[in-house]
Amino acid sequence: MTDINRDEVTGKPTTGHEWDGIRELNTPLPRWWLLVLYACIVWSIGYWVVYPAWPSLTNYTKGMFGYNSRAELAENLAAAEAAQSQWLSRIDQNSVEAIEGDPELLNFAMAGGRAAFNENCAPCHATGGAGRPGFPVLADDEWIWGGTLADIQQTIQHGIRAADDAETRITDMPRFGIDGLLDRTQVNDVTEFVLSLSGRATDQAAAEAGQQIFADNCAACHGPAGQGLREFGAPNLTDEIWLYGGEKKEVIAQIHNPKMGVMPHWIGRLDSARIKMLTVYVHSLGGGE
Amino acid sequence: MSSAVAAAGTGPVHAKHETYNEQIVKLFTLATVFWGVVAFLVGVVIALQLAFPFLNLGLEWTSFGRLRPVHTSAAIFAFGGNALLGTSLYVVQRTCRARLWGGDALAEFLFWGYQLFIVMAALGYVLGITGGREYAEPEWYVDLWLTLVWVVYLLIFLGTLMKRKEPHIYVANWFYLAFIVTIAILHIGNNLAIPVSFFGAKSYSLFSGVQDAMLQWWYGHNAVGFFLTAGFLGIMYYFVPKQANRPVYSYRLSIVHFWSLIFLYIWAGPHHLHYTSLPDWTQTLGMTFSVMLWMPSWGGMINGLMTLSGAWDKLRTDPVLRFLVTSVGFYGMSTFEGPVMSIKAVNSLSHYTDWTIGHVHSGALGWVAFVSFGAVYFLVPVLWKRSGLYSQRLVEWHFWTATFGIVLYITSMWISGIMQGLMWRAYDTLGFLQFSFVETVDAMHPYYVIRALGGVLFLLGSLIMVYNVARTIRGDRRQETAIGGATAPVRA
Repeated sequence: MTDINRDEVTGKPTTGHEWDGIRELNTPLPRWWLLVLYACIVWSIGYWVVYPAWPSLTNYTKGMFGYNSRAELAENLAAAEAAQSQWLSRIDQNSVEAIEGDPELLNFAMAGGRAAFNENCAPCHATGGAGRPGFPVLADDEWIWGGTLADIQQTIQHGIRAADDAETRITDMPRFGIDGLLDRTQVNDVTEFVLSLSGRATDQAAAEAGQQIFADNCAACHGPAGQGLREFGAPNLTDEIWLYGGEKKEVIAQIHNPKMGVMPHWIGRLDSARIKMLTVYVHSLGGGE
Repeated sequence: MSSAVAAAGTGPVHAKHETYNEQIVKLFTLATVFWGVVAFLVGVVIALQLAFPFLNLGLEWTSFGRLRPVHTSAAIFAFGGNALLGTSLYVVQRTCRARLWGGDALAEFLFWGYQLFIVMAALGYVLGITGGREYAEPEWYVDLWLTLVWVVYLLIFLGTLMKRKEPHIYVANWFYLAFIVTIAILHIGNNLAIPVSFFGAKSYSLFSGVQDAMLQWWYGHNAVGFFLTAGFLGIMYYFVPKQANRPVYSYRLSIVHFWSLIFLYIWAGPHHLHYTSLPDWTQTLGMTFSVMLWMPSWGGMINGLMTLSGAWDKLRTDPVLRFLVTSVGFYGMSTFEGPVMSIKAVNSLSHYTDWTIGHVHSGALGWVAFVSFGAVYFLVPVLWKRSGLYSQRLVEWHFWTATFGIVLYITSMWISGIMQGLMWRAYDTLGFLQFSFVETVDAMHPYYVIRALGGVLFLLGSLIMVYNVARTIRGDRRQETAIGGATAPVRA
């Protein structure tokens, strides 16, 4: 029988109890442990003196400096606004053309435009305006509704087919297939003609047959040579840039039952300075006119 | 009675086996292993969904938002809960020398009632029935059921304590009791809600606005404090000295750290709501009590680690002990990280980032799961009366696979969390945000992949455990050379 009151390995005293074979040493509290615990308590009491801490029934201790996190936030916001306010008012007072002409203002507008673009526009148009299927590339020189500063500003302000905006850019391409304006053969022929404009027709005879259909139905908006017409937001059909895809089946789908993208208006969501900065930024992405 | 013999589980103790209800502990042990695998599997799935969103499959039932509570509830309440219930019923019988109060049928009700709670909760989540309170998502009817089951648990545990044949209550039981009582209060307080109708699942909280948020995090943080800390410290206080066959390091420390932990933890919840509409004074109290909580938490770590004095060499040869001791190490690490993150200046960087996720998992995987694995490996040969585990080598494989998984998990989340926090607050010289939210999400992708890989390793480790446990229960014993040149520990 070993002594229950003593640990045979270390020789230290135990508490003298045993539960299912487990005994306990009676080691004193580690000194460093106690000191750190006290230090944390002292620090906390100090913190309570300096900062708002203890509630009473109707109020709370305010701390030495009357710290208030809401007031601090308001101060930080005001300071951030103040730091930018001079620049923003200059942006506000100048036209987008003048902003682009002033290197200092341009520098500020590009930084602000990039931040606003990434937060608001990149989800559809992708970072850097690289575009996604159905959302136009903003970094090339093909513009559906125009690529001058004024055109871009107008598009950002009022959007495209935006609800609740009387000045939004809007046109509807007829639904040639499902509305029975053209039959299946005609859709096929005019598709071949459209493909031939970029040298990709697969059936010459059908393409030739499609020429007249195009002149009767499409040329009014897309132009007699299919080079597009910006007043109607009708894209150029003679290049290799396709908003909804340039494969034959994709072109047929667009003629049969066209997809017509929507972009929200940004007036009312972004202030005019931010829209101007966005305009300058988008204009700079690669294809500004 | 020689303590060395008693600790090895042979001799006089063996003869007393019949007086304990071990059948119920067996059921809880099996449920722990089963729900553990489920929790880890769903965790891997949702980690992969974050890295590769198409894995949401476009179905409402398999979307991240519905599977995430399945994962958290399975990990905390199904895996952790069964481990706590099972070990507490084992420990309270052994350390009180008393069979469970209330009879075997009541214990059976507790087991099946608790499993029913888990299944009802999980089914609700997948079908979109949720109260929307984090870690307390079940709707009112499930809450009521759990309340009943929990009261039965409390009665069984208390009743057994009352009829104990030991003069004193062992420290593990203090922690278990604190866990049971406090969870009852938290569960009821947080789930005070008014059902919209008798036959509908929907209910609305009795509180609103910031008071509701405060109540939710009073619950949420103390679920960590009393479910995942106090309860598992109960496991630690029995299984570490048992497996190491050494006396607990300091009785005095256990008293002081128990009461300071219990007193301080309940205040710490507001640190989850820093820089919100919660009043400043509440934030201050949440932060300072979290900092004061550091040493009380570490008291458990010291007692766990120092219990190995005179037996450190066993870490080389006993992989089960290695699980237990590593868990205490992770416990110490995350109970230091927690107070650090509660400091407002740190929190302004860490809050809402993946750092929090990493912190939670160093606790959940490193502490909660590892100490549970250690307890399961201890219990299975004892409960099924086998001479030892099927394979110590497989425990070793489980240990290293899981440890490597945790390291991948928490380091990737530290990096992505801190990066995310820094990106959110980065301004250029002209005062514009440097990164959009989308860019920060994009930047985290590689770390999400690494995190999922860590989860896969952790899941693999648990499958090794399943195999080892199953072979042990079948009564197999693998012929293998002992680890570290020592003879493998043999238990009756």
